[in-house]
Amino acid sequence: MDLLSENKRAAIWSIALLVVGLLVWEFSITAQTLNTGELTEYELLTGAGTAKAGVPPPSEVLVKAWQELSNPFYDAGPNDKGIGIQIGYSIYRVLTGYFLAAIIAIPLGFLIGMSSLAYKALNPFIQVLRPISPLAWMPLALFIIQDSEASAIFVIFICSIWPMLLNTAFGVAGVREDWVNVARTHELGAFKTAFTVVLPAAAPTIVTGMRISIGIAWLVIVAAEMLVGGTGIGYYVWNEWNNLDLTSVIFSILMIGVVGMLLDAAFGLLQRRVAYTE
Amino acid sequence: MTVKSLGNPFSKDTDLRHGQGCSCNTCQATTASNTVQMSSDDMLEQAVESAIVRSVFGHSDIGRRSFMGMVGGTTAAAALASVFPLAAAKAAILDNLGTPEKPDLNIGFVPITCATPIIMAEPLGFYSRYGLNAKVIKTAGWAVARDKSLSGEYDASHMLTPMPLAMTLGAGSIAEPYIMPAVENINGQAIVLANEHLDKRDPKQWKGFTFGVPFEYSMHNFLLRYYVAEFGLDPDVDIQIRVVPPPEMVANLRAGNLDGYLSPDPFNQRAVYEGIGFIHILTKEIWEGHPCCAFAAPLSFATELPNTYGALLKSIIDATQYASNPDNRSEISAAIAPTNYLNQPVTVIEQVLTGTYADGLGEVQRVPDRIDFDPFPWQSMGVWILTQMKRWGYIEGDVDYKGVAEQVYLASDARKVMTDLGYDAPAENYKSHMIMGKSFDYNEPEAYVDSFAIKAGD
Repeated sequence: MDLLSENKRAAIWSIALLVVGLLVWEFSITAQTLNTGELTEYELLTGAGTAKAGVPPPSEVLVKAWQELSNPFYDAGPNDKGIGIQIGYSIYRVLTGYFLAAIIAIPLGFLIGMSSLAYKALNPFIQVLRPISPLAWMPLALFIIQDSEASAIFVIFICSIWPMLLNTAFGVAGVREDWVNVARTHELGAFKTAFTVVLPAAAPTIVTGMRISIGIAWLVIVAAEMLVGGTGIGYYVWNEWNNLDLTSVIFSILMIGVVGMLLDAAFGLLQRRVAYTE
Repeated sequence: MTVKSLGNPFSKDTDLRHGQGCSCNTCQATTASNTVQMSSDDMLEQAVESAIVRSVFGHSDIGRRSFMGMVGGTTAAAALASVFPLAAAKAAILDNLGTPEKPDLNIGFVPITCATPIIMAEPLGFYSRYGLNAKVIKTAGWAVARDKSLSGEYDASHMLTPMPLAMTLGAGSIAEPYIMPAVENINGQAIVLANEHLDKRDPKQWKGFTFGVPFEYSMHNFLLRYYVAEFGLDPDVDIQIRVVPPPEMVANLRAGNLDGYLSPDPFNQRAVYEGIGFIHILTKEIWEGHPCCAFAAPLSFATELPNTYGALLKSIIDATQYASNPDNRSEISAAIAPTNYLNQPVTVIEQVLTGTYADGLGEVQRVPDRIDFDPFPWQSMGVWILTQMKRWGYIEGDVDYKGVAEQVYLASDARKVMTDLGYDAPAENYKSHMIMGKSFDYNEPEAYVDSFAIKAGD
């Protein structure tokens, strides 16, 4: 029975599920019978000779994916760019907003985690601001910042700041008292203690917060771009929705999933690097 | 022409809130002294001055009048002229255009056929003909178009004809003086119902329906309200009107979120093409020749970049005239259908622009003027829109109907450009309109509002 390791068996199961799923999908879509005979003018005008908008079978999505991915960087004007360029815009926005948030959240989290006074003073604000859906900020951001690009980045900033802030505070507050006391007996200054003792000890929790944040940021960018338009993977989905082109919509959903997975995997790697066992 | 409606903004005796036909006691007392003859240029000048003075005083007319009374009108005029280039503002369009100061422009558009002239001017080279390198940028909806225009991301934008009026008045927006020197299209909208309502062709049966319109400050909203009210339905009580961005109309109709919509094309025709809905009536049957979309910009665009503004207006009006010729419509359909512009099947766009279309009821209709293009911004249209905004409670209090319409709808700019380009332009700025058999007298806007049985606040 144990001819194969568990990992290999899991991989076989994954592939089997994928194949079965795709086959069920493929055969549950009844092919549209196109009227190929003589068409009346009315039939022509209502598009009887062409396919209607509908959910495509996976084979069509694959063909679409091949077309788009074989030429990902074309630029046919400000409203029609290749999928690679669109994803590039989205990643740029996500990373900019995300790192701005990290610059503020991590030091502030340190402060909150090390000082219970700061924690108590700031906690009410954090609790009120944290549950706000980031998109609710969009109208305000557009109005005040007066720039749709910066507004999208601001929305990413505001949504990715909270998990990082809270996890940093939690991680810093949870560093074992003994270790800090040891640092004190060695007469280390506050900054030296923070960087050489607290930071490495809290790093796994902090990186977990960063990993949650990047996931949320990637979720939010799609919605934000659907709202303001222009460029990005969210705009791509919206533009194809206008045209009821579900093949392109499904293709872009898959691309969003793949990019999100890669971003998460990058932080997973980082997480393993900073992990330690006591 | 008398200018009671364009009171001298530097006088403490005039009241800028009241229109020409106003019969309140204050107006009766001052009419005699203020009624003077004026040329149309002088009128435009005074309209612009009036707009600026009113915006300086935050539209508080009492504050303005007491200030003018204290320091004297001439002093105030001089003080204001020192900070705001009045002379530049008055001549919205220059007599002789020079090289555009800023050839690289961003122009916003919402992907609908109403924007045809603005969109086609790029692929068919109308912008480059007048020395401009303009990019047209697709926008998700009207609220975003408004905000991107206000923030200066767009130099000029495709808007709905009521929007520059509402923005100038600060209704549903911050108050910013806007100008609308050209209308894009006339007609070209329709009421679409979902196929399940095939048996409900009488609007009296529409109680409880949910309708989509593209924006609150849109002809679509005002025409739909007007239409159902004529059949005895109160649009605020008997039906639900929901704002849905045009591109999302078809998806919402299919999902059953909407029973119908009054929306711009190609989304009416797209509903038929997808077999989801049918065309109940075209809006030209409500008001033959009604305006719909427009080309608008902040007043500051025209004052700060007069040569650019002039060149842009020329390209827009030239493109609009080109689009009004039915022979060019097929070529235009092919030019604006790609992903970069409307992103729609060519057959759908062609049916809208040529007027030979399937109505979703099994017939092929031939209505060549289903959509038409006419750049002239009739100020009487502006007055009508303001009466409907008043009627449905979007604006309150005394409205200077003509003053606002004249300040925003720059008919004289359109006339000058049309004449320069060799097209026929109307000699008048006002005309009367006929909407569902009821005539609209632009001289009596307040009486017109009062004449409706169904309106807000009753």
